[in-house]
Amino acid sequence: MQDFGAAFLTAFDLLIGADAALLEIIGLSLRVSITALLAAGLIGLSLGAALAVTRFPGRGFILVIVNSMMGLPPVVVGLVVYMLLSNAGPLGFLGLLYTPEAMIIAQAILILPIIAALSRQLIEDLHAEYAEQFRSFCVPTGRMMVELLWDARYSLLTVMLAGLGRAMAEVGAVIIVGGNINHLTRVMTTTIALETSKGDLALALGLGIVLLSIAIAINAGVMALNATAKRQAYA
Amino acid sequence: MRPANVVDLRGDAASDASAPGAGADLFPLVLDDVSFQAGGTVLIKGVDLTLPAQGATVIMGPNGAGKSLLLRLMHGLIAPSGGTVTWGGMPLGEAVRKRQAMVFQRPVLLRRSVAANIDFVLRLRGRADPGRRREILDHAGLAAHADQPARLLSGGEQQRLAMARALATEPDVLFMDEPTSNLDPASTLVIEEIAKAARDRGTKIIFITHDMGQARRLADDVVFVHKGKVLEHSPAETFFTQPASTEAGDYMAGKIIL
Repeated sequence: MQDFGAAFLTAFDLLIGADAALLEIIGLSLRVSITALLAAGLIGLSLGAALAVTRFPGRGFILVIVNSMMGLPPVVVGLVVYMLLSNAGPLGFLGLLYTPEAMIIAQAILILPIIAALSRQLIEDLHAEYAEQFRSFCVPTGRMMVELLWDARYSLLTVMLAGLGRAMAEVGAVIIVGGNINHLTRVMTTTIALETSKGDLALALGLGIVLLSIAIAINAGVMALNATAKRQAYA
Repeated sequence: MRPANVVDLRGDAASDASAPGAGADLFPLVLDDVSFQAGGTVLIKGVDLTLPAQGATVIMGPNGAGKSLLLRLMHGLIAPSGGTVTWGGMPLGEAVRKRQAMVFQRPVLLRRSVAANIDFVLRLRGRADPGRRREILDHAGLAAHADQPARLLSGGEQQRLAMARALATEPDVLFMDEPTSNLDPASTLVIEEIAKAARDRGTKIIFITHDMGQARRLADDVVFVHKGKVLEHSPAETFFTQPASTEAGDYMAGKIIL
């Protein structure tokens, strides 16, 4: 119990003192996860909107696959990306293994199905409301997707947030493809895992607190934005 | 190209109500043995109907008669299970539908500002222009609300915006599916005025209403629908004084027809 209290104190010292090692780790975590989010968002939202407004044979099968992939185990994603990027793998020539880029790829793959599946559901509901009016105006399919994405923008923020949360919190994929290399691929979750096993609970706990604070801050921001949107009947 | 001012919203190009509008080539609208079924139930049965280019046609009939389906079949929102719908000999497709617009019973407004709702259709038709948007909103009495969220307008204002947005596409045909059923008398009157002005500029109006007063005020001819069939299509005067079918007579007398 003594350990716990001491660890907390040290953690706060590190935070208040803006410890360089800590900041480096936090910075990389944010860079990796936000880049992964942007990439997965670009593809996932387009895919979600396309699946929402189109009907074709095999669509149901694709929906089942996308929905199931929401629960992809991070270690499995890590393993697959590792195999693809390793020297013997088909993308080995890129030399990306054990780089932040490899971590971005792994996290993007991990959260892509979440963004695609949730946005598909959301946009399909909105489309049910707009479909007849859009058909009356002869809105082309591509245009329809853009307009629906725009009108669902506030709800989609919550979807993106779910993706970011998943990316920031996972450890299994980034530790496999990033390797947890100091000053290079060490992010918050991998550091927490490492420091805990080494017994340096203070740094681990400090990072844990930061991780939680970031999650709370982002959530609060999006909630405030959504409340404003609701007041204006835009959400 | 038809001259843009013929169906312009400004109303300074008003033409005689009896003269065919610029969209005369879309007429007559001919429904030939049109039927529609869903889930094994026949909802529209062998409808033969020819509508002229002029004036306002009202579709009347009890709930569940198939009025809304008939309107959607004419506009091409749904495809008939049998028979054909042609506009001036042209089959129903996007080319025809683009020259028409529809206002629904519950206005479907985008989750944006009033101005953005108008911009949406102007951009869609490749004519985005703030000046024109202002004119359209002025005409609908919504200029003061331009920056407000469209979905926070009152019911009457929302329907007015839906009307203005539909007319912003400069349609040759305007469909309305009970546009005033949820509105108070004052709002209803405004909608009727906008519809009348559009008709007087040559836009063909085809609309559904249960409001007998509204039908009398606006209709040039009446189509009476009952149980998926067109029982009668008469000039308004004849229909309201001497309906050809007993059902129509009973309906207007306020009797429940089965």
